[in-house]
Amino acid sequence: MTGTRTQVVWDYAPAPESPDHVRLRDSYGLFIGGEFRDPVDGERVPTINPATEESVAEIAFAGPQDVRAAVEAARAAQPRWAGLSGLERGKYLFRVARLIQERARELAVVESMDGGKPVRESRDVDVPLAAAHFFHYAGWADKLSYGVGGREVAPLGVAAQIVPWNFPLLMAAWKLAPALACGNTAVLKPAETTPLTALLLAEICQEAELPEGVVSIIPGDGSTGATLVRDPDIDKVAFTGSTSVGKDIQAALAGRGVSLTLELGGKSANVVFEDAALDQAVEGIVNGIFFNQGHVCCAGSRLLIQESVADVVVGKLWERMGRLRVGDPLDKNTDVGAINSREQLERIEELVDAGEGEGAQRRTVACELPDRGFWYAPTIFTEVAPAHRIAVEEIFGPVVSVLTFRTQAEAIDKANNSAYGLAAGIWTDKGAKAFEVASALQAGVVWQNTYNHFDPSAAFGGYKESGFGREGGPAGLRPYLRIA
Amino acid sequence: MLGKRSIKTTAKQQGIRLAVSMMDLTTLEGADTPGKVRHLCAKAVCPAPTMPEIPSCAAVCVYPSLIGVVREGLEGTGVKAASVATAFPSGQASLEVKLRDTEEAVAAGAEEIDMVISREAFLAGDDTRVMEEIVRVKEACGDAHLKVIIETAELGSYDHVRHASMISMEAGADFIKTSTGKASSGATPGVTLVMLEAVRDYMERTGRPVGMKAAGGVSTSKAALHRLVLVKETLGDEWLTPERFRIGASSLLNDLLMQYQKTQSGHYARPEDFSKE
Repeated sequence: MTGTRTQVVWDYAPAPESPDHVRLRDSYGLFIGGEFRDPVDGERVPTINPATEESVAEIAFAGPQDVRAAVEAARAAQPRWAGLSGLERGKYLFRVARLIQERARELAVVESMDGGKPVRESRDVDVPLAAAHFFHYAGWADKLSYGVGGREVAPLGVAAQIVPWNFPLLMAAWKLAPALACGNTAVLKPAETTPLTALLLAEICQEAELPEGVVSIIPGDGSTGATLVRDPDIDKVAFTGSTSVGKDIQAALAGRGVSLTLELGGKSANVVFEDAALDQAVEGIVNGIFFNQGHVCCAGSRLLIQESVADVVVGKLWERMGRLRVGDPLDKNTDVGAINSREQLERIEELVDAGEGEGAQRRTVACELPDRGFWYAPTIFTEVAPAHRIAVEEIFGPVVSVLTFRTQAEAIDKANNSAYGLAAGIWTDKGAKAFEVASALQAGVVWQNTYNHFDPSAAFGGYKESGFGREGGPAGLRPYLRIA
Repeated sequence: MLGKRSIKTTAKQQGIRLAVSMMDLTTLEGADTPGKVRHLCAKAVCPAPTMPEIPSCAAVCVYPSLIGVVREGLEGTGVKAASVATAFPSGQASLEVKLRDTEEAVAAGAEEIDMVISREAFLAGDDTRVMEEIVRVKEACGDAHLKVIIETAELGSYDHVRHASMISMEAGADFIKTSTGKASSGATPGVTLVMLEAVRDYMERTGRPVGMKAAGGVSTSKAALHRLVLVKETLGDEWLTPERFRIGASSLLNDLLMQYQKTQSGHYARPEDFSKE
C-alpha cells in the first residue's frame, strides 16, 4: 500500500480561549471601604465588549457623594496602613501578586472581552506584568529609604489615581503597587469603557484581606475623575491618559499642595538607520505600532527611516502587515483585536481622513473584518510631511506614519520636533551611534533594537507634553513619598 | 509572535500530514546496514499502514554507499533517494575528493545530494572558495537536486547564517539546509527564520525560488508545526510543499504519527503502536 501525496492547504483552525471559566457577576457595585456597595448618587451602565457590541456586565459609576465616601474611607485607613511595618505591607502586596497569578487566565480573558485586545497579549503581557509590578514593589516596601539614597521617607497620604482604557489591569497595578508599598492608601478610578479587571482586582484585594479602605475602586466617566481630583482631602494625584485632561488636572490642582504625576500622550519616533538589521527592525516596527491595536501611549507611531533603505523597509513592512491576523480578540492566533470603543474608532477615522486630505499616501491591509464590533485594519501612510496632522497628533490606533531622513543629525532633529516626548526606538547595529542618538533624544524611554519592552524595574515616563514623574523601579517610589 | 501560534483540531491534522510529506527520513550512522535502510524505505513509503490518509515522506537520506539499496527500496514510489556527499559531515577534504564523492552518489542513483560547505573556508573569510565548491558540486550533480548544508551551529552568528545562505543560493543551490545533525545544535527557530528570510529576499531579487531544509533538533510535532508556521508567515503558502520545504529528521516521524492518532482517537498513543523504522 502506498500513501497518497496530495497538496495540503493549510490554515490555522480557530483557537478561541474559552470564557467558560470566567466568574463574572451580572452587576458590579463600587468597591469602597473593603466592600462592594450600591452607588448613592451614581448610576448603573453596561460595559460593552467592543468585538461584539454586547454588554458584558452592568457597572456602577460613582457620583460625587460616592467619591467623597471613597476618599473618606481611604483617609480613615491611611494611618494604620502607614503604621504597619514595611515588611507587613509587603506581605499583603505579595499576596495580591500571587492571587493575580492564580486568576491569570480569568483576568486575561476578561481583559480581552472588556477591552478588545488579543488574548495573546493580555495573557502574555498585561497580566504577568501586573503581577510582576506587585512583586517588585512588595520587595521595596521594607527598603524604601534605600530606594531614595538612604534618606528618611514618609508616605504622602491619600492617592487619587486615574487610569486609561488601553491597559486597564496593568495600569491599575502600576498605580496601586508603589502607592501601597510606600504606605499610602488609594482611590482608583478605572476608565469608563474598561472597568472590569479593576473590579476583579478589587475582589483580589478582598481575598488578600487587605485592610478596609486601603484600596477603593470607583468606576466612572470623566466627571467622576474631575470630582475625584478636586476632592479637598487628597494628597496626591497620579493620572495616565490624554494630554488635554492632564492639563485640566494640573490647572485644577494649582496652588493646592497636592503632589502630581502625569503620564500623557505621545507621538513617539521609531528611528531606523540604514545599518540596522532590517528584518528585525520590521518586527519591531510591527510590535511598536500594532501592539494593542496601537492603543499605546508610547506607540512607535512616527516611523523615521533613513532614505537609503526606506523603500526596502516599507516594502518588507507592508508585506508583513498583510500577514497580521485581525479579528476575534479571544482567538489565540489573533494579532490585532478590536478597537476599544466607537468613539476611538471615529477618532482614528477622522485622523486618517485628514492624512489623505493632506496628501499623504495611505495603504490599508485588505483583510476581512467582522460585521459587528469596532475594527480598523492595519494602515500605513507614506509620503508624510512633518507638518501633516498624522505626523503631529496622536492617532492611538493601528496607523503608522512614515517619514524619511538623510543623516543622523536630521533624524534627531525630526524625532525631537514634537510636542511630546514619551518614548523612542533606535534601530542600528552600531553601538556608538545608538548611545549618541539615545542621549540626544528628548524621550523618557529609548529602546534600542526593540520596542514596547516593559519591565517593573525600569522607570517609565515622559518629557514635555508627555507628562512628568516616573513609574517603575526605585524611581517609581519617589512620587509616593515625602523625602526628608 | 510567530512562536506562539496555536495549532488545533483540523489545522493540526493538516499540519501533521504536511510535515510528514516534507520529511527526509534520515539515517547517517556508521552502523547503517542494507537491512536497516530497507526498513527505513518501507517506513518512508507508508509511514502508518493503519492510517492511509498519512502521505509518504519526501525522501530517504543516507550515506552514498547505501544509495543503491535506497533506490531499490523506493522503486516506483515517488519517494526520492537522497545522499549526503562532499566528505559529510565535516567537509574537510580536497575538492577532488568531494566531487568524486558526489559523482559516485549520483552514479549510484541519488536523486538529491546534500552537500556541506567548507566552514573552514567560510570562517577564514574565503567566500570565493565556498562558492566555487558549490558551483563545481552542482555541476557534478547533473540532474540531481542539490541541498547545501551551511551547518549553522558552527557559524557563530545570525549574520554569518544569512551570509552563508546568500552565497549558497548565488552559487546555485536548489535548497539551503541548516545542519548536518552532527553538530551541537540544529534548526533552531532563530536560524530557521533567518534562512527563510534570506530565501525570501533572494527570491525577490532574482525571481528564483530556492527551497529550505530544516534539519537537526526538530524532533517533536510541536517543533515541526512551529517551523511550518515560520514558513507560512515568512514565505507564504507557495512554500508549503515538499518541493520547497523539507524537514530532515529521524525520530520526528513517530511523534507526528502519535500526535495524529491522538487527534482522531482523543487519547495518546503508545510508542509501540508504530514501528520504529
